[in-house]
Amino acid sequence: MIHTLPRQTSTSRLLLAITIPLAAALLFPTIYLALRAAQVPLDEAASYLTRAGTLRVIGRSLLLVATVSLASAAIGIPAAWLTARTDLRGRRMWTIALTVPLVIPSYVAALALVGAFGQRGFVQGWLEPLGVERLPSIYGFWGAWLSITLLAYPYVFLSVRAGLKGLDPSLEEASRTLGRSAWETFRRVTLRQLTPSIMAGVLLVALYTLSDFGAVAIMQYNVFTRAIYLRLSLDLETAALLSMVLVALSIAILAFVNRTEQRGSTYYAQRSARAPQRIALGRWHAAAQAFLALITLLSLIAPLGVLSYWLINGLQQGETLRDVIVPLQRSIRAAALAAVACGALTLPFVVLQVRYPSRVSHGLARAAYLGYALPGVVIGLAFVFVGARVLGTLRDWFGLTDYRSLGLLVAAYVVRFIPQAIGPARAALLQVNPHLEESALTLGRNRPRVFATITLPLMRPGLVAGVALVFLTAMKELPVTLLLAPSGYVTLATRIWSASSESFYARAAAPALVLVLISALSLVYILDTDD
Amino acid sequence: MHRLRFIIATSLLFVALASIVIPIPPSNNGKHLLDAAEAQGTTLTIYSGRNENLVGPIIEQFEQDTGIEVEVHYGDTASLALTLIEEGENTPADVFFAQDAGALGLLSNNGLLDTLPKYIVDSVEPRFRSTEGEWVGVTGRARVIAYNTDVLTEEDLPDTLLEVTDPQWRERLGFVPTNASFLAHLTAVRVSEGDDVARELVEGLLANDAPQYENNVQAVAAVAAGEIDAALVNHYYLFRLLAETPDAPVANYYFPGDDIGNLINVAGAGILRSSDAKPLAQQFIAYLLSRTAQTYFAENTYEYPLLIGVEADPRLKPLEEIETPDIDLSDLDDLQGTLELLDELLTQ
Repeated sequence: MIHTLPRQTSTSRLLLAITIPLAAALLFPTIYLALRAAQVPLDEAASYLTRAGTLRVIGRSLLLVATVSLASAAIGIPAAWLTARTDLRGRRMWTIALTVPLVIPSYVAALALVGAFGQRGFVQGWLEPLGVERLPSIYGFWGAWLSITLLAYPYVFLSVRAGLKGLDPSLEEASRTLGRSAWETFRRVTLRQLTPSIMAGVLLVALYTLSDFGAVAIMQYNVFTRAIYLRLSLDLETAALLSMVLVALSIAILAFVNRTEQRGSTYYAQRSARAPQRIALGRWHAAAQAFLALITLLSLIAPLGVLSYWLINGLQQGETLRDVIVPLQRSIRAAALAAVACGALTLPFVVLQVRYPSRVSHGLARAAYLGYALPGVVIGLAFVFVGARVLGTLRDWFGLTDYRSLGLLVAAYVVRFIPQAIGPARAALLQVNPHLEESALTLGRNRPRVFATITLPLMRPGLVAGVALVFLTAMKELPVTLLLAPSGYVTLATRIWSASSESFYARAAAPALVLVLISALSLVYILDTDD
Repeated sequence: MHRLRFIIATSLLFVALASIVIPIPPSNNGKHLLDAAEAQGTTLTIYSGRNENLVGPIIEQFEQDTGIEVEVHYGDTASLALTLIEEGENTPADVFFAQDAGALGLLSNNGLLDTLPKYIVDSVEPRFRSTEGEWVGVTGRARVIAYNTDVLTEEDLPDTLLEVTDPQWRERLGFVPTNASFLAHLTAVRVSEGDDVARELVEGLLANDAPQYENNVQAVAAVAAGEIDAALVNHYYLFRLLAETPDAPVANYYFPGDDIGNLINVAGAGILRSSDAKPLAQQFIAYLLSRTAQTYFAENTYEYPLLIGVEADPRLKPLEEIETPDIDLSDLDDLQGTLELLDELLTQ
């Protein structure tokens, strides 16, 4: 195992000069909300937070976080291994099918599950001839757990898949040569090397679960975000106070993940990663296909089926469709800009954290995560506050009439989603052996060139995975978009929302199907480049 | 296979690049950089908590009829109200068109709304407008019980709102606990009958394991599907359902007399104090209360038109025949106690 000792060099100082203001900018919504929360009188805050009901709701949130994280790992890790390391047939198709659920808005996925497995849903309809009059209720914990798991496991899947691709196969080969079985080798060598990738994915799942509102609302499971949303019909202060609880829980989750990760060890690849031998699945092939088919059926085919049903049903009743091309163009534009920006801004954070490890560099990278568990609407309101103040100052000078703009929207996306790029990129850089960079430096190349020609290509799988995550989640982002997009800047997500909230289902289904289809196609491009 | 993938990949990349580079034609983006003098008072900016699918057509009609340029910012009523509070006097908005009187009351209490001209507020009955004249109701939304006509008749239904907690309704009568309309109704119960009665109502519903839904549409659909027998909802969801499924076995039930169950909340509008286009804003609200717009709402959203003299949908119980409880709708912004009650009870 190779240790990189912290060195104070001009490079690290430059990186610090970039990342400190950047981290401050990323932390701004959290800090603003903390200040607003501080306006709640102390005794009121204390009595609210220590109430039995509040604690019970926090407990429910944590239960959901733990169970969704475990289930996501249980799906994501084997799925990644099957598609990246075995001779499974249809690997590319499975990779895309297993990633696309990420783009389905959570309230749509939950509505689809209710449509399929509700007491009087499709499945009950099929079972009716067998005398099944109603299914057990899907509402509550199980419904929330199932819908969030089916949306969130791709975080683990993509991150672990990138990790597997960057792994040096020689360690596994050595383990096999030394007589360990394939399973032993997977458990003791592969899995341990993958720890940073797994934890990066699980961390995103855990924080996402804390922040989700759509699915828990449809499933009527009263977790902490529902308490926050309820408060938002009255004032921001109490909602901000409750949001601080989510920040505290995020800190606890980050600390937990940190400790788990330190128990695993980091192994650098000894040379640039080469493709490992694919493992023949043999008689397990059918079982593997069945496993992936079941996941895809629940997470992708079921929502697509319900959306198609809405579309056809609505059209038959004479609902008219509205243009989806312009909203599509806008969704892609905002999401692509955010994805590229996140990819670029991630680099200084992870290089500093991995190559110049210190409390400060570690803290800076983790700081970006603090806002990730906050519901989008409170982040959006923080931007509204600042935007309006800036507008007030600039209005007369520049003749501005609104602070909402594409730029502000993309900035808010970056603040919201950059952790999704940091995790996989960091895991990827951890796999790049610094000796390679050092050799190149000794041979006379300068630092930027070494980074561009050696480091960047080697960490590409992780970087691509992160950028894909940001792109897909920004495509479906709703609350921030509603608050900050310029008037008339309708995206697919806002169109789905405005139609489905008044139950114009055909009008909601068309843009939702386009969202899923275009995302799937874009994955053909994004994920192909790293094969 | 590789060739095909190459083609797909390249064309996708092209589409993505084109999406980023090519300007989007019909958007309002370019409007930000209007000359300051020109911007002053020539465009009207509306924050609409009402859905685009419901009010979009009538706003377009307004633009056509008056030639006034309108920018509409859609969102949900509660977060738009908070947005307006965060923005303060720097808000770009001139008009707030809200789905519920409570949100308008909240803005009025924060000193953000201007007084409306008398001719506007006087076009609706006093029970549907703010006492200070800072907002006016545009359409009425009655609280009712939607019930399944295959299972129940009017005689089976409770005489007072509190009777929905009777054990005979166990698991049969649903509600929509976190919906703004239910919150407003619960606030009305608190304001007129006291906190204890409101608590009794919610505790009773929970004790009955009353099925909970995320929104009114889901609840009414559940009644139609026979999943539950009845639900506490707003009156117009029934007619949207009937437009799709004309033979759905569902009807609306109004409580007899002036029971608190008969609350009529409003969707309404107010003008922001900081607006620099008040004449246009007044013109817009007056338009919402014109015969044209009121007829549009009656026919398309099935809400009660509030302009005196415009008829509601003939299937609705006429507004004159509904004895609404004696409540100042402005008081519906008193959500603090309502939320505490709900917090406490829904976190059981």
